[in-house]
Amino acid sequence: MYEMIAFYLFSALTIVLFLITVMSKNVLYAMTALASGMVLISGFFFILGADFLGVVQLIVYVGAVMALYSFAMMFFDATRDIKEKNTPASLIFLLGGLSALVLVLMFAAPIHSEAIQALYPIHEGVGNAQDVGIVLFTKYLVPFEKMDQSLTKDTSVDAEDEILIQKDAK
Amino acid sequence: MIGLSHYLIVSAILFSIGLMGVLRRRNLLMLFFATEVMLNAVNIAFAAFIIAIAASEVAVGLGILIVLYKKHGSLDLDDLASMRG
Repeated sequence: MYEMIAFYLFSALTIVLFLITVMSKNVLYAMTALASGMVLISGFFFILGADFLGVVQLIVYVGAVMALYSFAMMFFDATRDIKEKNTPASLIFLLGGLSALVLVLMFAAPIHSEAIQALYPIHEGVGNAQDVGIVLFTKYLVPFEKMDQSLTKDTSVDAEDEILIQKDAK
Repeated sequence: MIGLSHYLIVSAILFSIGLMGVLRRRNLLMLFFATEVMLNAVNIAFAAFIIAIAASEVAVGLGILIVLYKKHGSLDLDDLASMRG
């Protein structure tokens, strides 16, 4: 019962917040709506019992990604409204509706929900983080390390950019 | 009772919102936000470690964005179409 209420509350709120993100003219409003939408998405993970993923979502998205965005906002003029030359709304709604339809078909076609099984089901008595760790360091070791490497490289690229910009400013 | 299909439908709705944003936005920063919405939608559906990929995308993309803004003074896609040939 509570699960149901929480699910519908979270989904309605995320949909509204992401709509604000997509529609808003103001960068600050869009960013705030995006951040709170991400917090609510971690709520989905907690409902599903995937505590570890929920916490990772909170730390990485709301902590790191949004901090990066808000840091980058300092370089742009954030208070001014954005003027965009938009294509006619009817075309967008047609295209968006069509792609949504295709998506629903894609998701609905293989769904006899039971046909989908969890690749790595939750074990009883083993912690969530432990489960993730076991899969990550056995089967997915190589992709994981590769990802780690690319992440470190990215951050160093970012640092180089900052240095370049500071040189430009001088 | 909430089943798998509920989550998939929510994720599909969120994904189409993001897709609509990508189609409609002309400002590069807002385009990034819309991409972020799409990544989050996929994250609900597959619960995979897309999070790390999203983080590296932001790290690289924002650096490029800042350099572009320094160079052109705006982030509008129509202004940036300088390679018309």
